[in-house]
Amino acid sequence: MYSQFVDTGVERMRCAEELPELERAFQDKIDSDIKIEPKDWMPEAYRQTLVRQISQHAHSEIVGMLPEGNWLTRAPSLRRKLILLAKVQDEAGHGLYLYSAAETLGASREALIEALHAGKAKYSSIFNYPTLSWADVGAIGWLVDGAALINQIPLCRCSYGPYARAMVRICKEESFHQRQGYEIMLALCAGSAVQKRMAQDALDRWWWPSLMMFGPPDAESIHTQQAMRWKIKRHTNDELRQKFVDQSVPQADYLELTLPDPALKRNEQTGHYDFGAIDWSEFWSVLKGDGPCNRQRIATRRQAYDEGRWVREAALAYGAKQDRRRAEFS
Amino acid sequence: MNRQQALFEYLLRLGDNALILGQRLTEWIGHAPALEEEMGSANIALDLIGQARGWLAYAGTVEGAGRDEDDLAFQRDVMNFRNVLLVEQPNGHYGDTIARQYLFDAFHYPLLTALSACTDQSIAGIAAKASKEAAYHRRRSAEWVIRLGDGTAESHAKLQQSFDTLWPYTGELFALDEVDHTLRRTGVAADLTAVRREWHEHVTRTLAGATLVPPQEGWMQSGGKQGRHSEQLGYVLAEMQFLPRAYRDARW
Repeated sequence: MYSQFVDTGVERMRCAEELPELERAFQDKIDSDIKIEPKDWMPEAYRQTLVRQISQHAHSEIVGMLPEGNWLTRAPSLRRKLILLAKVQDEAGHGLYLYSAAETLGASREALIEALHAGKAKYSSIFNYPTLSWADVGAIGWLVDGAALINQIPLCRCSYGPYARAMVRICKEESFHQRQGYEIMLALCAGSAVQKRMAQDALDRWWWPSLMMFGPPDAESIHTQQAMRWKIKRHTNDELRQKFVDQSVPQADYLELTLPDPALKRNEQTGHYDFGAIDWSEFWSVLKGDGPCNRQRIATRRQAYDEGRWVREAALAYGAKQDRRRAEFS
Repeated sequence: MNRQQALFEYLLRLGDNALILGQRLTEWIGHAPALEEEMGSANIALDLIGQARGWLAYAGTVEGAGRDEDDLAFQRDVMNFRNVLLVEQPNGHYGDTIARQYLFDAFHYPLLTALSACTDQSIAGIAAKASKEAAYHRRRSAEWVIRLGDGTAESHAKLQQSFDTLWPYTGELFALDEVDHTLRRTGVAADLTAVRREWHEHVTRTLAGATLVPPQEGWMQSGGKQGRHSEQLGYVLAEMQFLPRAYRDARW
């Protein structure tokens, strides 16, 4: 999940009678699956929740370019290089749509980016893990994009129109990303013993952080309940996580790789796979900034932004000059 | 040098220019000054590396030694690369990258346009497709030259410095040698004198629009097309070729 912990600003759920008239009409629209559009009235908490969620998602796309970008210059064939380049380019595009969607809610791209650089905004914990071998590029596509897809498909039906529409396009591209990742894993697993070891090592390192992508168990969470009532969120974190595990087990079997969880076992009664306990202390630690690459990721983004300032300023200054020149001629 | 050897060399020049410049551009991904530039740089890199595949695959066929595009990209050392020195120069700041790109694009577009009328049908086919991409590349980089040259005092000074530094690498673009002479006789190689004329007109016009001073003509670097490179290329290749060289028999 690219937005793992979104505060809705709500302290307790209210029943329909407690809602003021405007808010009741708003909730009625949502209940009838009518999309909320930028100019429609919306509760402030709904707006802010969406800004938080969409910007976390946008930041995740942009920071997420870095671990894979790490292998762009070292891709092992020209074909792989082109595919990875197209994928990372898609992520920049996703970031753009999402910042634009957040802008429809009155947030500015610049302010959101500055919040990220100041360490005030979150992004998915998964991108704070390092990519140590080429197999990591495969594992990210297969698992990370696979998990993102499971989370994001329901967002295509999100109540907020601009976000839902952005997600339709993003999901199509994510599906291609997942396939390219799995195809890298297939090639590695069909390759030499060393390549297969590389693939297993990547799976060992990415499996648990991928499960954490869905966020903490939220059955009890007030934020989940509120986000579900607003139809910003359609399923609980645990439901989505289970779906991901069920989907991934046969995929790993096909690759003849071993998922690093001795407790993983098919439950004949539920038809799902039971899995071992997730180390939530690691999740919270990474989310709060203490993961293997948190500091580097933010430092890299900040450096790019700072070093690019003169370029952005020049483009603005040139644009202003052109406007003045046009005005003088007209 | 026979015709086949000359053709192989010529295709390596075309392919290596595109490959090395594309590789340099991928270094920007994740580090560009704005999201739009991440996408723009990736676009140009995608085009160039795509073109490189076409040229190198055909070079492998012409050579007839069983080497494919990846063998040629990943298994040759510095002295066997045939790109011009300009494209291997480091990215520097964004103005350096834009100046390098523009000086190349202004050459690449007329070159590819000329080659799309080549007597060799394979070359003509690749060039016809690539020239459409190069037309866009030249438009984009020329616009950035004007924007940065005529932007702020800081961007103007930076870009002037970029052009002054890179100018000595432009002479090689048009230098003729035995490869060109051998292929000109059969209408394969482009007429670099005509390419130079168009390059010069376009660059003069763009620099004027950017309020930049054309750098002084003087001594020019050379050697890339014959395999004598700057110190930069070894590092580019070390990074790019690491995996196929570390795992010799692996398929990816």
